[in-house]
Amino acid sequence: MNLFYLIAFLSIFFSLLVIFSKNPVYSVLYLIVTFFTFTIHYILLNAQFLAIVNFIVYMGAIMVLFLFVLMLLNLNQDSEPMKSNLIKVVGVIAGMCLLVTLVGSVKALNVSDPVVLKNPDIGLVKNLGKVLFNEFLLPFEVSSLLLLSAMVGAVLLAKKDPKKA
Amino acid sequence: MESLSNRKKVLEQKPMTFMERLYLPSIFKGLAITFRHMFKKKETVYYPEQQRPISENWRGLHSLKRDEQGRERCTACGLCALACPAEAITMTAAERQKGEEHLYREEKYAAVYEINMLRCIFCGLCEEACPKEAIYLDGPILSADYMRKDFIFGKDKLVEEPLKS
Amino acid sequence: MELAFIIEKFALVTVIFLISLGVAAYSTLAERKIAAFLQGRVGPHRAGPHGMFQPLADGGKMFFKEEIIPSESNPILFIMGPSLALLTACIGSAVIPWGQSMVIGDTVVDLQVADINVGILYIFGVVSLGVYGIMIGGWASNNKFSLMGAIRAASQNISYEIAMGLSIIALLMVTGTLSLKEIAEQQHGFWHNGWFTWNVFNQPLGFLLFIICAFAECNRTPFDLPESENELVAGYHTEYSGFKLGAFLFAEYINMFVSSAVMATLYWGGYNYPGMDLVNEALGSTWAPLVGVAVLFAKIFLFIFFFMWIRWTIPRFRYDQLMHLGWKVLIPIGIANIVLTGVWMTLKDILF
Repeated sequence: MNLFYLIAFLSIFFSLLVIFSKNPVYSVLYLIVTFFTFTIHYILLNAQFLAIVNFIVYMGAIMVLFLFVLMLLNLNQDSEPMKSNLIKVVGVIAGMCLLVTLVGSVKALNVSDPVVLKNPDIGLVKNLGKVLFNEFLLPFEVSSLLLLSAMVGAVLLAKKDPKKA
Repeated sequence: MESLSNRKKVLEQKPMTFMERLYLPSIFKGLAITFRHMFKKKETVYYPEQQRPISENWRGLHSLKRDEQGRERCTACGLCALACPAEAITMTAAERQKGEEHLYREEKYAAVYEINMLRCIFCGLCEEACPKEAIYLDGPILSADYMRKDFIFGKDKLVEEPLKS
Repeated sequence: MELAFIIEKFALVTVIFLISLGVAAYSTLAERKIAAFLQGRVGPHRAGPHGMFQPLADGGKMFFKEEIIPSESNPILFIMGPSLALLTACIGSAVIPWGQSMVIGDTVVDLQVADINVGILYIFGVVSLGVYGIMIGGWASNNKFSLMGAIRAASQNISYEIAMGLSIIALLMVTGTLSLKEIAEQQHGFWHNGWFTWNVFNQPLGFLLFIICAFAECNRTPFDLPESENELVAGYHTEYSGFKLGAFLFAEYINMFVSSAVMATLYWGGYNYPGMDLVNEALGSTWAPLVGVAVLFAKIFLFIFFFMWIRWTIPRFRYDQLMHLGWKVLIPIGIANIVLTGVWMTLKDILF
């Protein structure tokens, strides 16, 4: 339990650093560390597959691409355009809305009993695979369709208009 | 345009066959060639212990020669310094005293004879200019050193070892 | 967690760590020697008999050279880059089974640091982390060439990871487990039921894909574009000197060692060898696993030799060729390999 509190503290700490660091590259690096703490959370929950997928996909691929783009852009304070006051006001309002929603949802929830999993080994690859491909086959395949449509959309956006070219 | 010499060859670039496009056969061929080289005779010459034979017209470091009685041949005429295109040679002449006949062949000799090896281009013109056959470029190559002053070779380094009787 | 368990694991980790460092150090010598042999030279031979102490001399040189940190660079990240590269290179070897379980007295000692049931995926994750060291180091140098090298490394790693994953999926369909220990156990011996037990004979195409991707992930020739000397000066380690440069180079050799071990375990039977049952009976369960360890290391050294042999034979790819190979050749072949494996397994179930 103590380990959980330590890791939870670290993940909140690093996610705050993501927001507050000035340099976007530092932000991404802190985000990577945050994801790493999430991986440890998954391991503590005995969800090894999720942990390792989080490790590979988020830390190993997506964040590399984030870093890639940021390094190429080379953002710093000189090149960053000044944000207008309107944007700041909109940002504050949006943030407040999110906060209100979060607080409201937390209030609406009851404090549940300590979670007792019916099957503590559900997070292992074998069990997860069986559940995904038996009970939840349709949602699983539909979500893959979602990814496919996203990919087609990205290709469409990236492709030049043949008439203009 | 029609070729005048009638020797022009038009290279035909055929599209690669499937085996060629696989690249693997040619990669294995290359690997076989390099592997064969492992067992061939090594070309290395272990330099300081073992030296390559040098050619007859090799020009290396200078040496001031002695005659068959072990006397220095140089008479400090200055023709080598005059012939030198790089202005590398300087000398001071002195008269031979009584009792030095076994040291110097001529009545005049070089008290100081210096060659700046950083200026020298090893062209061999001094060798050709010398009327007394006193200087030859038959030494090894110039070795490295730390100080510029160490590249000015005096008589201590240039004159041949005395004859052993 | 008893104390004995912790001590056992600690000793194992230390031994593996030392071995991987030693192998990496002597890989530098082996690289120079093999390069020399393939080119008709003799290679380093002055430091000790046949140049045996050359790695020590190189290491000493690296330690005592001046550490230069460019003034316009980002010093924290500049130091973090090589450290991260070395760290990620070293942690990969944790899940590799080095041998069968040893029985010493009453206790059974596993020659594997951690038998997690997602072993392959763990290695995969560590490999994908490996690029961070290069990227951070390259970016922090504040040099265009370094940045180019870093970006090349990132895009190359991500592209080839996909093909590597696809080749592994086909392997997993055959083995049915993600645990490296079980995969190694399945390949017991050499010949069983009229066919080889080693996975390379079941998955030759998958092995070819895997080894190509392993070359790419280790940034070895012909995929050494991130550090190509003649286009990018030295790529991501242009600004590095002294021990930090040494850390980058060392990480490369450790990566090579770990990926050779992974290839040997996944495809070439790991610590298994023909006639191991006889040896097991003859030597008993204390000493026989050590023979297996020796066999595994022999396989690893063969792979390292192959890495170097390729390096001194094949020229570097052009960047567009690299991307073409990764996305348009290897990934379709990987998918085809999965389909073929699936069809073959279904047919086998129906027919036999």
